Amino acid sequence: MDELVLGGQRFTSRLVVGTGKYKDFPTMSAALQASGAGMVTVAVRRLDLKARGEASLLHWIPKDMVLLPNTAGCFTAEDAVRTCRLARELQLGGENPLVKLEVLSDAKTLLPDVEETLEAARQLVAEGFRVLPYTNDDPVAAKKLEDAGCAAVMPLGAPIGSGLGLRNPYSLQMILEQAKVPVIVDAGVGTASDCALCMELGVSGLLVNTAISGASDPVAMARAMKLATEAGRLAYLAGRIPRKLYGSASSPLAGVIGAA
Amino acid sequence: MRATVNGEPVELPDGLTVSTLLQHLGVRAERVAVERNGEVVKQARHGEQRLASGDVLEIVTFVGGG
Repeated sequence: MDELVLGGQRFTSRLVVGTGKYKDFPTMSAALQASGAGMVTVAVRRLDLKARGEASLLHWIPKDMVLLPNTAGCFTAEDAVRTCRLARELQLGGENPLVKLEVLSDAKTLLPDVEETLEAARQLVAEGFRVLPYTNDDPVAAKKLEDAGCAAVMPLGAPIGSGLGLRNPYSLQMILEQAKVPVIVDAGVGTASDCALCMELGVSGLLVNTAISGASDPVAMARAMKLATEAGRLAYLAGRIPRKLYGSASSPLAGVIGAA
Repeated sequence: MRATVNGEPVELPDGLTVSTLLQHLGVRAERVAVERNGEVVKQARHGEQRLASGDVLEIVTFVGGG
């Protein structure tokens, strides 16, 4: 069976989806279902102490989906490590949780700070976390994160929430060629064809949030992403034909009527 | 006693534990994690961990994110 394996944990879907920026919980829940994802990202934030009896996010996440806590919004290794420790406490019991490590450099580009990410990754791996780090589309950084013991590497396709798609397929191909852990494209996907393109290049999975939650019809887009991810994976496994500059007839050239 | 909870300075009764702090604050969410002065206080220790004046506490939960 063709499965995504992350830190020993098996997933039948290669799509991981976020839970941020939905207009309401029912829409989010329907979109999560439609995506067919086996894992969903969640953020760790201060509890709103003034809110009373607020609806809990977790009630709206299908029970069979694995939670992937992220360190979104952290700008230092120290804050990211603290956030992961709190996430482990929130998971109640899991000693080796999967975490999405994200350490950002600045609020405008939201590009990863690879130096801080690497420092946090080493610390978290030492503490037993299974680390999935968001990183640049830089093969050197990806290799260092892999060597640090990360369970996958997650290069961006484009900045978070930008919807620009895969801006540098050649860097991604270099990362894919060298990586011995799964490569997941995290950030940048804008629409379904971006999913198919990444999967056709051979990535192990995709992480998508804004392109689904921000679509006019998030539930339909979630389904489109599911199908595109599956289609792209199948095409990758099927093996595409080489690109050629000139035409190559698909019907026999011999036996055409009226020929001399 | 004075303490800081989620970035806000607050006046709290003396002798609180993490458990009684959560009751005092009216926290009803079933899943929260608490950090005291940079260290996670495991849930099993919420009843015994006493707070001290000047503590910096973070009370967090899961929210939507990508």
